[in-house]
Amino acid sequence: MADKIIVKELDSVAVRFSGDSGDGMQLAGNMFSTVSATVGNDICTFPDYPADIRAPQGSLTGVSGFQVHIGSNKVYTPGDKCDVLVAMNAAALKTQYKYAKSTACIIIDTDAFKKADLEKAEFKTEDPIAEMGIKNDVIACPITTMVKDCLADSGMDPKAMLKCRNMFALGLVCWLFNRDLNIIAQMLQTKFAKKPGVADANIKVIQAGYDYGANTHASVAHTYKIESKSKTPGRYMDIMGNKATAYGLIAAAEKAGLKLYLGSYPITPATDVLHELSKHKSLGVTTVQCEDEIAGCASAVGASFAGALAVTSTSGPGICLKSEAMNLAVIMELPLVVLDVQRGGPATGLPTKSEQTDLLQCLFGRNGESPMPVIAATSPTDCFDAAYNACKIALEHMTPVVLMTDAFIANGSGAFKLPNLADFPAINPPYVPEDMKGTWTPYMRNAEGSRYWAVPGREGFQHILGGLEKDNKTGAISTNPENHDLMTRLRQEKIDKIQVPDVEVLGDKDDAELLIVGFGGTYGHLHSAMDEMRAAGKKVALAHFKYINPLPKNTAEVLKKYPKVVVAEQNMGQFAGFLRMKIDGFNPYQFNEVKGQPFVVAELVEAFNKL
Amino acid sequence: MAFDIKDFKKGQPRWCPGCGDHFFLASLQKAMAEIGVAPWDTAVISGIGCSSRLPHYMATYGMNTIHGRAAAIATGAKVANPNLTVWQVSGDGDGLAIGGNHFIHANRRNINLNMILLNNRIYGLTKGQYSPTSPRGFVSKSSPYGTVEDPFRPAELCFGARGHFFARAVATDAAGTVDILKAAYNHKGAAVCEILQNCVIFNDGTHSAVYDKAGRAKNAIYLQHGKPMIFGENNEFGLMQEGFGIKVVKLGENGITEKDILVHDAKCEDNTLQLKLALMEGPDFPVALGVIRDVDAPTYDDAVSAQIEEVKAAKKYHNFAELLETNEIWEVK
Repeated sequence: MADKIIVKELDSVAVRFSGDSGDGMQLAGNMFSTVSATVGNDICTFPDYPADIRAPQGSLTGVSGFQVHIGSNKVYTPGDKCDVLVAMNAAALKTQYKYAKSTACIIIDTDAFKKADLEKAEFKTEDPIAEMGIKNDVIACPITTMVKDCLADSGMDPKAMLKCRNMFALGLVCWLFNRDLNIIAQMLQTKFAKKPGVADANIKVIQAGYDYGANTHASVAHTYKIESKSKTPGRYMDIMGNKATAYGLIAAAEKAGLKLYLGSYPITPATDVLHELSKHKSLGVTTVQCEDEIAGCASAVGASFAGALAVTSTSGPGICLKSEAMNLAVIMELPLVVLDVQRGGPATGLPTKSEQTDLLQCLFGRNGESPMPVIAATSPTDCFDAAYNACKIALEHMTPVVLMTDAFIANGSGAFKLPNLADFPAINPPYVPEDMKGTWTPYMRNAEGSRYWAVPGREGFQHILGGLEKDNKTGAISTNPENHDLMTRLRQEKIDKIQVPDVEVLGDKDDAELLIVGFGGTYGHLHSAMDEMRAAGKKVALAHFKYINPLPKNTAEVLKKYPKVVVAEQNMGQFAGFLRMKIDGFNPYQFNEVKGQPFVVAELVEAFNKL
Repeated sequence: MAFDIKDFKKGQPRWCPGCGDHFFLASLQKAMAEIGVAPWDTAVISGIGCSSRLPHYMATYGMNTIHGRAAAIATGAKVANPNLTVWQVSGDGDGLAIGGNHFIHANRRNINLNMILLNNRIYGLTKGQYSPTSPRGFVSKSSPYGTVEDPFRPAELCFGARGHFFARAVATDAAGTVDILKAAYNHKGAAVCEILQNCVIFNDGTHSAVYDKAGRAKNAIYLQHGKPMIFGENNEFGLMQEGFGIKVVKLGENGITEKDILVHDAKCEDNTLQLKLALMEGPDFPVALGVIRDVDAPTYDDAVSAQIEEVKAAKKYHNFAELLETNEIWEVK
């Protein structure tokens, strides 16, 4: 035990909570991130959960982790490795220790390191710390015993008591970081407003964990202080990417004055969008859990024809099945938002893990010439903006749009400044003007090249759309070669003309020796890599793409400006290949990794330094 | 507002001369005029195939979509816009093979759709392959030695999927077709109409026993709710229950009178007898025509709207700004 506790000031720290899937690690992590955010820290979280719903208790495959990164300035990632590791059992220590820094403080529940626990975690000796060669500070605390003692008079049954173990660990972590328990108490009272007994028990256990730390100094040399510096004033909430996507869709529907329709089929890691939207019937949101992915998309096409803001949500395997109905929306020129929350592939691949391997599928995975805008959200909170803009483009340009996110940003969270819908751009679909009655045909176009939208119910605008090629003028089925060539070009031009913001160059935009290029969910890691390299004196810039199709107008100019360019992505080079196809003579370095895990900033820096 | 057949007509159909689709199209337009829903409040949604060309000849809103997806697309249209009257038109391949999953689920959910199944027991547009309703042993371009599989019987599939409405007509029988189409419209929920239709090119004569009036007089029975099941050229035959089955009897023989004959009950919740009627086929039994099953049940689209209203009344947030306030919020000053 240290004699004197030093308070160590840090710019950022990462805490990893780990335990059995049922140990409530995510809840503990979320509460810690929220209490940190409340005092003005920036936050970024990421859950790392197993594919099995409930692997055997205490087993190596049943461990789930939840990492929280808090910082005095902006934090872009959940952190490569953690400064504090909470391991609620032996299996958690065994599998999660690799995510701990050599200087990290480790908190374990010694009650879950008994002989049986060690056997399940496949330890060979009775001293797991020595066996793993751990030299870190270890707070070895009989958490289970202490929780039971603490709740002895509560009248709770033992099983209910054990559910509070996570709160003891949270209390201990709160002590380490000097967090105000009153804020947590308020959060719990709100969360369990209908079960005051549960709230009280949890609060009591958190306090016990905190007191344990304070009384014993918990075998550590220091506690931490994370200042709050750069946060824009305003009201914030913690939001996960999938929820932010759902909110973006809701916001766009409200702005456009349309009913929001979601046709979907459950699939990891996209299902939370279906869950979230199905909750909000009081906003008039209609969700249909269809018989399959195909019907999810097909019913959305029907809903779009009938006048709704139509969305279908899925992950990569679902895109395979939806592609024919997506293509139908291309040729019928109907608005549709297709959400792809990417996971590891091919086939069912790695359902709970994250990759960027669907890019070419989303861009090109359909028969015929089938141009479709593609937008890739860059962070959990950016999912909101990306979803809003996907809806705006779909509705105003009468086209399906693919909105790409990934398991990492979908399940990760960040501090979200509450948006004011009034500040967002209007959404104006090209409804067919009433004075065109009598002269209008379905494939007449406005100045942007978009078809007009004639929603059923309007007298005098009855028309037929379909999957067969139509005559440019009459809208009748046509196999005329000139007409097909023309229609193909018109559909392409319509997409090419969509205005998207220029790609921004961050860092040393004037004199960078290396330009890092990425897209979508890797923004945080690439940004952090750039920051580290610049802090070490290198001249580095980052151009991170959110709009993939059409590409921003300044793309070629940016990519050709710097002596060295590296395209870093979580696939085998799909974006690099796409850029080569679009930008004559572009020949970048590539950094490709397909591990199903987020990039590790240190590895990026090492690789980029070698270029 | 009253409508005329011509208010629903558009263009010149391009089906083969003599194709059953011509007859059906005329009956559908006539039924729509009699039903009286405006063409602009009507959507006709098909998949792909010969019969799926039909929306092109309707002056309503319409979509001629892709292989098999008509029922799913129609589902989205109806749920998103319940004011629309939606007619979904598919052939036997489109509806029961590539679209079989959507067919059963539209029935199970009981979406308020009028689902037309034009059954010619052949793939026409791809030029003559067997379909999921072709009989075992059927010789076609893709089964030169005969098929080695049993067909679907549409009624069985519909009932198996908990369908609440099933009717059948012969394409050439305009009055019979118009009758069931109107009944389908009046039924709230998924309403399947099987139209027996001839393909003059690839499967000529498939329904020959009932395709003309004389044939129907001999080989079909028109079922009417509440009426005894009597048929035959001189109404000399009837249907009686025998054990768990049905038998054909001759009136006047063995002392059988009209009082012994089964009375049709399309409204009966239990579909056992209705299914037996729907599965009857020659030469021993007449083919059942008319409305075979028509039972009320809650529809999906109504339930979706009702649930939205219910939740709206119960919840305190009704727009995006109010939704944000339901979260845990902190302020940075």
